[in-house]
Amino acid sequence: MDLDFTAEEGEFRQRARDWLAAHVPAAPLPSLETEEGFAAHREWERELAADRWSVVSWPEEYGGRGVDTVKWLVFEEEYYTAGAPGRVSQNGISLLAPTLFDFGTAAQRARVLPSMATGEVIWAQAWSEPESGSDLASLRSTARRTDGGWLLSGQKTWSSRAAFADRAFGLFRSEPCDTGAGAAGKPHRGLTYLMFPLDADGVTVRPIGRLDGKPAFAELFLDDVFVPDEDVIGEPGQGWRIAMAATGDERGLTLRSPGRFLAAADRLARRWRARGDPADTALRDRVADAVIGARAYELFTWACASRSAAGETLGAESSLNKVFWSEYDIALHETALDLLGAEGELADGTAAGQDWMERYVFSLAGPIYAGTNEIQRDIIAERLLGLPKGRR
Amino acid sequence: MRFLLDDEQRDFARSLDAMLGAADTVTATRAWGEGDHGPGRAVWARLADAGVFALPVPRAYEGLGPLPVETAVAFVELGRHAVPGPAVETVAAEALLARLAELGEPEPAKRFLPSLASGAACATLTLPEGGPYALDAEEAGLVFAVADGELRLAPGHARVRRSLDPARRLAAPLPGGELLATGPAVAAAARHATDWAALATAAQALGVGLALLDRTVAYVKQRRQFGTPIGSFQAVKHRLADVLIRLEFARPLVLGAALTMAPGDIAAAKVTAAEAAYGASRAALQLHGAIGYTAEFDLSLWLTKARALRGAWGDPGVWRGRALAGWG
Repeated sequence: MDLDFTAEEGEFRQRARDWLAAHVPAAPLPSLETEEGFAAHREWERELAADRWSVVSWPEEYGGRGVDTVKWLVFEEEYYTAGAPGRVSQNGISLLAPTLFDFGTAAQRARVLPSMATGEVIWAQAWSEPESGSDLASLRSTARRTDGGWLLSGQKTWSSRAAFADRAFGLFRSEPCDTGAGAAGKPHRGLTYLMFPLDADGVTVRPIGRLDGKPAFAELFLDDVFVPDEDVIGEPGQGWRIAMAATGDERGLTLRSPGRFLAAADRLARRWRARGDPADTALRDRVADAVIGARAYELFTWACASRSAAGETLGAESSLNKVFWSEYDIALHETALDLLGAEGELADGTAAGQDWMERYVFSLAGPIYAGTNEIQRDIIAERLLGLPKGRR
Repeated sequence: MRFLLDDEQRDFARSLDAMLGAADTVTATRAWGEGDHGPGRAVWARLADAGVFALPVPRAYEGLGPLPVETAVAFVELGRHAVPGPAVETVAAEALLARLAELGEPEPAKRFLPSLASGAACATLTLPEGGPYALDAEEAGLVFAVADGELRLAPGHARVRRSLDPARRLAAPLPGGELLATGPAVAAAARHATDWAALATAAQALGVGLALLDRTVAYVKQRRQFGTPIGSFQAVKHRLADVLIRLEFARPLVLGAALTMAPGDIAAAKVTAAEAAYGASRAALQLHGAIGYTAEFDLSLWLTKARALRGAWGDPGVWRGRALAGWG
């Protein structure tokens, strides 16, 4: 049992650190939830990709470096320690790409991944619908067979960054509820996983302001949007299984690397030491919890990565992970805003704590997306503790 | 990077679990609380045979270590089975004496470590950063006390005080006694011993929490109300899911602290494991309902221990302060 890095991993870390030191913008980019910020973050993706730092764990042929999980985690640690910008391609990289690696065709990978790696095409997810949130399998948007492909119709919502993104991926009902398997209490059947352009004929994108008004997500209205067969992932009707495999990734190792929290906890601890009131032990304890939580998450992740490297499959454990980081993230940012005092209320883009506020607002969504924490707790109770299924 | 117990370490945990599972530790613990140490002593003899008390002790003093990871692995099992006695304190005393030897005071190590490692002797102690009470001073053959830069072998103990946990019998060492060592090495060794005490307590608390969770999961699967197992209710499920999350994030902290022995890591492990176990005890009591609130029901052994371990060797605030001080 060890926590040691090989010499080669150390060299990899140094190369990443050197590159980031030379390239990370000195001033923070504008919020990536704004049009201006989105463009700036897209440009940053291009810069990362130019030197093969945007998708280090991917095979080289798609723009990556083919590194293993340990090196990916090392890269992430360096990335966030360097204060590098948020990743505008997050949804594509953490959700669609793993799906294509597992279920896509070679042609789809060759077509989709290189432009994802450079940020030339930025992907949005299209899971939720107005009547289908946690009960995602009840979704109603349809894919109807047509010559050479499918026609998509219906409404998707809470589609992160769809206001500015280029393409989207999601699930559609390809076997109608009234005749297909969906009718008889098997709503998970008859769903198909498709990719489609957000600027196609029949697509209307209506941005939605998140809590602070920034258009971080959007509604999508689809009216007979044509999608060629080549943009179906896996077999038609198998979309649920395919999507669930990817949401495991989303909740698990690849969505929130510990580097992000280690860097945030470090900034918080430094601010506490510089500005905190040592007599305020209540706040001190919360700062302590932030650094303890970051370390716990880091070590938990190394244990998962080690198990994965040893050939074990990580399944429902990803739900432990998701509840932990999403609640931890909020607590950390609440502590930071409290430590900022009156400055911690300001959200006008000029305050000292602006980045804390931006990340606080972002953190508030964590327990809701990628499967609500209520759904995660059901999964933990039923699959890890073996408790009986009950009414939701 | 392989942050996983190896096969040998897992086998060690499994064999201790099996051995303690067959040793009727519940009866031993209840007897211990009533002052009958015989059954508990028998459990200790088996632990000694398994090498548990040799793990912290360097080979030069007839030990197997120091092996903090294996020590942590063992203490998880001690907690899981509610083993009575001053096990944490014996380990801390061993760490104290071993570090004193490293710092140029080998005589106490030569004199006491071989018998502690073999299990022929057991020890308890007080340290400047712990509380005033030594656990099970009436039963431990050796009562060490560190105060004012001196390590002494206490001449006895004051009146035995009851803990909420009936198996924990607390008594302050009497002042005076044989002077074993003095000088700055004593303070340094005492800090080291405090870290070992915290690590072992954290591991023990993790085991206590896991036992509470296991017992509660089993209970809510079979307890029926409104015609259905209460474990099918979402309020029950979510509370137990939260218990598992806290324990599963405490586990890597405990093993990581054992691996690095860094003061910040040990502090993080202590506060997290102790609070996770205490949280498990609150959930366990609530979900068992009134039966869980009785001394007669065996769950009480773990419920009361979780509360005691939360404060043992320093309360959560103390350890949070140390975790923050040790960061970066």
